[in-house]
Amino acid sequence: MHLTPSRKSPAPPLQAGLARYRWTIALRSIAAIGGGYVLAAASADWLGRLLPVLGMSRLEAVATATMLAFIVHACAAIWAFAVASTRRATLGIVLPAAVLAAGAWAAGGAA
Amino acid sequence: MRLDGKAEGLRQSMSWLHTWTGILLGGLLYVIFFTGTLSYFQDEISLWMKPELHASVPPATTELSAQAAMASMARIAPDASTWTLTLPTERRTTVGASWRPPGQENAGRAGLKRAELDAVTGEQITPRETRGGGFLYRFHFELHSMPRAVARWIVGIATMFMFVAIISGVITHKKIFADFFTFRPRKGQRSWLDAHNASAVLALPFHIVITFSGLLLFMATLMPWAIESAYQGDRQAYNAERRGGGAQAEQRAPRGPRGGRDGASAQPADLAAAIGPMLAQTRQEWPGRSVGTITVNRPGKPNATVELREHGSESMISRGASKRLRFDAASGKLLDSPPARQPSTASAIFNVMVVAHLGDFAGPAVRWLLFLSGVMGTAMVGTGMVLWVVKRLPERRKLGHTPWGHHLVEKTNIAVIAGLALATAGYFWSNRLLPFDMAGRTGWEINAFFIVWLASLLHAIVRPARAAWIEQCIAASLLFALLPLLNPLTGGHGLYTSLQAGQSSIAAFDLAMLALAAIFAAIPFHMLRKQRRAAAATAPAAPLAPASTSVTP
Repeated sequence: MHLTPSRKSPAPPLQAGLARYRWTIALRSIAAIGGGYVLAAASADWLGRLLPVLGMSRLEAVATATMLAFIVHACAAIWAFAVASTRRATLGIVLPAAVLAAGAWAAGGAA
Repeated sequence: MRLDGKAEGLRQSMSWLHTWTGILLGGLLYVIFFTGTLSYFQDEISLWMKPELHASVPPATTELSAQAAMASMARIAPDASTWTLTLPTERRTTVGASWRPPGQENAGRAGLKRAELDAVTGEQITPRETRGGGFLYRFHFELHSMPRAVARWIVGIATMFMFVAIISGVITHKKIFADFFTFRPRKGQRSWLDAHNASAVLALPFHIVITFSGLLLFMATLMPWAIESAYQGDRQAYNAERRGGGAQAEQRAPRGPRGGRDGASAQPADLAAAIGPMLAQTRQEWPGRSVGTITVNRPGKPNATVELREHGSESMISRGASKRLRFDAASGKLLDSPPARQPSTASAIFNVMVVAHLGDFAGPAVRWLLFLSGVMGTAMVGTGMVLWVVKRLPERRKLGHTPWGHHLVEKTNIAVIAGLALATAGYFWSNRLLPFDMAGRTGWEINAFFIVWLASLLHAIVRPARAAWIEQCIAASLLFALLPLLNPLTGGHGLYTSLQAGQSSIAAFDLAMLALAAIFAAIPFHMLRKQRRAAAATAPAAPLAPASTSVTP
């Protein structure tokens, strides 16, 4: 698990491998940090809207939704680096985050 | 995450994630853990840093303190609209008084005046100007000299990284409980890994709770979206409900006792005489609990009321909802008291987390347990940072030079781990050495903290890593060890006096400084012993260069 390139393979393919490696890390980091946050924020927004409708008091709804949101973000971040395929890791977070956030934005506008 | 793009198992990818989340923000997390751990003893630090208050020794019963303070307040602030008295506890030697002078009713906290009163005589004591433990406490989550919101975001992001590092660290370890019982000393990298694992696993529940609750404490900054959606953006309504709506409203507009109260009782009540029976009645109402604060509304008027508030709260679940009793000052009769709240499940979990983080509820035993867990957390972050460097030593040797990234982490480690200790010691020393009435005294104490820290960084840059570790740790150890001596020499109650007077909170500070001195002495002791052993082992053969350039403690 040593990442310094010079130790692994000093051959020419290294440059391509290194660039690819950096892209992978960059994409997954964006998915984990940015995508994960949007996903968490959107789920907090949705739970804050839905739980009171289901009969929970507003104060309780905020506590539940916020605690779950932080857990959602942490799980998303871990998932972003645990999944083998970079595309799956990125899309798996960005797509639901976009859908939830768009829905929350629309609901917020309607309210 | 492999350079060659090959697939890897969950444990491998989590190990990668753990390493990089950890090292990216390791220095900041160390600072947060170190200052946060000290903040469990914020009151003790503040008390030590105001040696003028050491002379006040609380009497056996709080009645005496309360009576003396009431009599004194009648002289200091007879026409104030409220008095609030914080009675002495095992953590404070004096009566803390704050009052609102007439005409300041709507000035909020800025309209309050404060003083410290001797616990026996009620005399006003003027301590030196200092931020005390409050500086370290604020630094823990608001850093320094930057906008509050920016600092909270930086600390919040670091906390999130910490949360991810903890979870990925747990996944990485297949034998997490076996690791707990494994320590292989004097085995270089293995020992560092073992120490990192042991400090992580030993206090794992604490680490998880403290990190998660750190996020919750910042929720209004970091994750306000549920508040926004559930309350349609009305933060004030949310805050009012969280503080317990009804009780708050009543506190803001305290009703006096109803009915005309004229004739003989139109005189201001003698509060010093009235407080004793009230405290006695409170003791009957709350067996086993004690009174923390006394609030007097309209002290100089015939319709004054006295509210006695429980010290701390009986349960962690009802955060801040300590019990209260209200009395009519003139007759000593009990008035209707605001009811305590009963939170439900989600709020209860939330409150327990947050209260455990703040340590508000904690008695001495729990406070020490929290403190030791904090020490474990600090050690976990510190050993993790050192482990990163130690693990890469073979790589460095193979390369024949040190990559700049390794240099950066190595020097940062010294300036953070040893440097922060030095800076903290410098802060305490400057508190006692700067003149009492110096202009800008408070600011210079804080300047001393940063000047010492900067000096440590420069020293770490110019000296070889090994020498810098040894020299800075010895210096920190000496500075901490001498503080208990400096204390009685500069007007405080030294260990001998404080222990005899039963002032355990002053003694605790001195003892904690000795413990810190021991910890920072242990590091160079081990490094030098290792060097001697290495020298003895290699003496018959040709001296090996790499062994002597070994960089870490």
